[in-house]
Amino acid sequence: MLRPEEELSKLIFEKRSANTASWLPSPGKEAEEVLKKIPKDLLREKEPEIPSLSELDVVRHFTNLSRKNFCVDTHFYPLGSCTMKYNPKSLDAFASFPGFADVHPYADEEDVQGALQLLHEMEIFLSEITGMDAFTLQPAAGAHGEFCGLLMAAAYHHSKGEKRTKVLIPDSAHGTNPASAALCGYEVVQIKTNPRGHVDPADLKSKTDASVACFMMTNPNTLGLFEEDILEISRLVHEKGGLLYYDGANMNALLGVCRPGDMGFDIVHLNLHKTFAVPHGSGGPGSGPVGVKKRLAPFLPVPRIRKEGDRYRWEHSAPSSIGKLRSFYGNFGAVVRSYAYIRALGKEGLRAVSENAILNANYLKKRLEDIFDEPFDGFCMHEFVLSAARYKKQGVKALDIAKRLLDFGVYAPTIYFPLIVEEALMVEPTETESKETLDRFVEILRAISREIQENPEKVQGAPYTTPVGRIDEVRAARQPNLRYHSK
Amino acid sequence: MDTVPHTSKDKEKILEAIGVSSFEELLTSIPKRLRDFRWDLPCGVSELELAAELRGTAVRNTDFTSAVCYLGAGNYDHFIPAVVERLAHRSEFMTSYTPYQGEASQGTLQSMYEYQTLICELTGMDASNASMYDGASGLAEAVLLALRSDGRKKILLPQTVHPEYRAVVRTYLSYVGAEVVEVPALDGAVDLAKLRELLDGDAAAVVIQQPNFFGILEDAPEAAEAARKAGAHLIACVNPLSLGILKPPGEYGADIAVGEGQPLGNAVSYGGPHFGFFAVKEPLLRKIPGRIAGMTVDNAGRRAFVLTLQAREQHIRREKATSNICTNQALCALKGAIYLALLGREGIRKLGLLNVKNARETYERLLRIRGVSEFSRKPFFNEFVLYVDRPEEKLKESFRRNGILGPLPLARFDARMRSAYLFAVTEKRTPADLDRLVKAIEETKEGDYLASTGRGIKQTHF
Repeated sequence: MLRPEEELSKLIFEKRSANTASWLPSPGKEAEEVLKKIPKDLLREKEPEIPSLSELDVVRHFTNLSRKNFCVDTHFYPLGSCTMKYNPKSLDAFASFPGFADVHPYADEEDVQGALQLLHEMEIFLSEITGMDAFTLQPAAGAHGEFCGLLMAAAYHHSKGEKRTKVLIPDSAHGTNPASAALCGYEVVQIKTNPRGHVDPADLKSKTDASVACFMMTNPNTLGLFEEDILEISRLVHEKGGLLYYDGANMNALLGVCRPGDMGFDIVHLNLHKTFAVPHGSGGPGSGPVGVKKRLAPFLPVPRIRKEGDRYRWEHSAPSSIGKLRSFYGNFGAVVRSYAYIRALGKEGLRAVSENAILNANYLKKRLEDIFDEPFDGFCMHEFVLSAARYKKQGVKALDIAKRLLDFGVYAPTIYFPLIVEEALMVEPTETESKETLDRFVEILRAISREIQENPEKVQGAPYTTPVGRIDEVRAARQPNLRYHSK
Repeated sequence: MDTVPHTSKDKEKILEAIGVSSFEELLTSIPKRLRDFRWDLPCGVSELELAAELRGTAVRNTDFTSAVCYLGAGNYDHFIPAVVERLAHRSEFMTSYTPYQGEASQGTLQSMYEYQTLICELTGMDASNASMYDGASGLAEAVLLALRSDGRKKILLPQTVHPEYRAVVRTYLSYVGAEVVEVPALDGAVDLAKLRELLDGDAAAVVIQQPNFFGILEDAPEAAEAARKAGAHLIACVNPLSLGILKPPGEYGADIAVGEGQPLGNAVSYGGPHFGFFAVKEPLLRKIPGRIAGMTVDNAGRRAFVLTLQAREQHIRREKATSNICTNQALCALKGAIYLALLGREGIRKLGLLNVKNARETYERLLRIRGVSEFSRKPFFNEFVLYVDRPEEKLKESFRRNGILGPLPLARFDARMRSAYLFAVTEKRTPADLDRLVKAIEETKEGDYLASTGRGIKQTHF
């Protein structure tokens, strides 16, 4: 007999029960006759090894799997740079209305006026929120938005007859920034962070010349600090004919506080799954709308929504457009959620999001300053980075602290990012967490800190209470087992 | 709506702990002139008011509950059993992040591993990633992979591939320095003679869509053989739902299999979110884009799952990564896995048969209408093109009057495709639906042009 945890870790391929897919009608004998119209060498001979299970067994399998996850709805999830906030359930309900969920992308424009109006208004909202002139909702995620934005930057420079070859990126940037730049054929040049945690103006100045297409920034940056020289940076980049790109990963800090468009950014991408309440879904779907200033609008992807009188339509051709980035119009279901979120919160509610995100982060930062090193002084925005380097002498790493947190019922902060901070722990509490939850988090970290002094092995061996213990990642990479084979 | 849980007393305590007297003091690093702007946004509304308003917006869209859908071309009106959303929308799947902390994410990781296995079984491939954004961007990434794998620079992209997919491939290749050569169509399928002619030593890959944009079944094994002889990769872009009855790409020699996962348990949702799947044969394993879950053990030797081969990915390799993808479509892929589990190995075949049967019956019945004629005699799965000799506006009106969505007028993509329509017929369509479709066409008068004049169209570029 299997032990309970062995039973629970059975793969769906290791279970058996009867399944005749009785939720479908019978195709009848004539269907086999119809199949004869298809040449034999185009037909499948061997059945795929898909499990056959009763509905109950399928339900039990995935329900039990789900219980092995931490999530925002069950645990505090202070994962820096990811904005794991609570997303109101009404948004899911709205996106499931048949008039949104069961609508075909090729339906005649007359049949989708509601959808087009919503998309059109969303473009206007996002433009206003960020201080930009026009938006596309087509990109499916942040990195897709970066690709879109950089293609537009390239098209813009080409249209002026300029050949620019470099993209500048701070050394604290997300990995997607350089990866997206490479996809557009750009050489990536790194800009140093100065000892105060900001883009080093001297380094930027020395690397900004007529070969620079674009400077990609996150503001607040990935250390959670607002780039206070942003106006000077903007002047410097624009003076040499370059463009300024805004990675909206940290937009949760700025709603109603200030706007990337006013700072001088020419291109902005947003992550609706971070700031605008699209649930992360174990890694997606998200949505990565891109906004631009007027001079870049001709390069936006097609199709574009146009409003004529009170009618909406798609415009499919635009001579300077970068083209299409995916099929149809984007992750519409995600956009519906974010649209509803913006409408529900309104102007005051959105400002309250950022105010409280900033308050919560500064509160935690202050309360943790005696047990971790804080590499940079001053107030933070919506998140902050701690260093666990002081615990190295007990042999404890940031990774160990992250794993130990799981035993206390808290998901781990982002670790080892940004790369420029030794033993980094990046904490983003978000605005939806109560003071009580934050206080508990502080108490937990204090308990772990004491444990490191008294019993470091305990921390090094964590976690103990999760469905599995510390996972052997090296073995996973050296002997890749990426699919099940039936015996 | 308010999403902030602080009482005013909490807020005071927080400010006091931080050591400031007002929130504004925390913003001193932001230049003052940036903090002063007019923000033209509406005020917030309650859930009650918003629900009523959005219902009003939603009913202005014609959905599948109010009309019979014959539209396809990449997104299809399939039946989704209730279990799929009930399970996938559980908080534990919906509100967790990418499973970087494996010990607290075994549910997601194991389901990804199972998804990967299901995709491999369905496609006959060796390894799958955890998902792409959609079928079109998945195809573009497949093309990039093929170009990366050898020094070759040419991609053969047939005109029978979905026009939006072709457009996306071109966008992705904007700055890659590769040449896209379009292979012409003959009788609605790839012109194999032309394909062989175009296949030279510089061809990195041949793309085949199966079934193709017109719903027609390509001679994929022949195309694969031609690609193999020229040393080019074969990229098969397939409808996963067809693979219960159609030969899996792994068996006819595809090196990469991609496609749109929407048919597997995902609502159409005006074109997204859905997922793209991406699977390869063993030699390309370490070059694939995106996240992959692998099976390993924990420190007590127990079975465990973890994200693996991460040295390919952007957060490690930065500008040298195999792709820039980070966020994918995990929850949509999970729906695909649950849907396949509910079908089982008998169900996937049953579903394929229902689709083929319904499509064929519809095809034959429509052909008996005066003025409706064949586009191609080639076999199809659940979608086909017919010429309907009626003025488009008249047809549109009649479809609307009869509560029908579609079929898709191909003139939308190319003016020379006038009077050609793409019909999608899924397991959901009933004999009563078909009666209604026939009635809608018959209620329009024959147009001022004959279908036969369109006969040359199928051989022209598209």
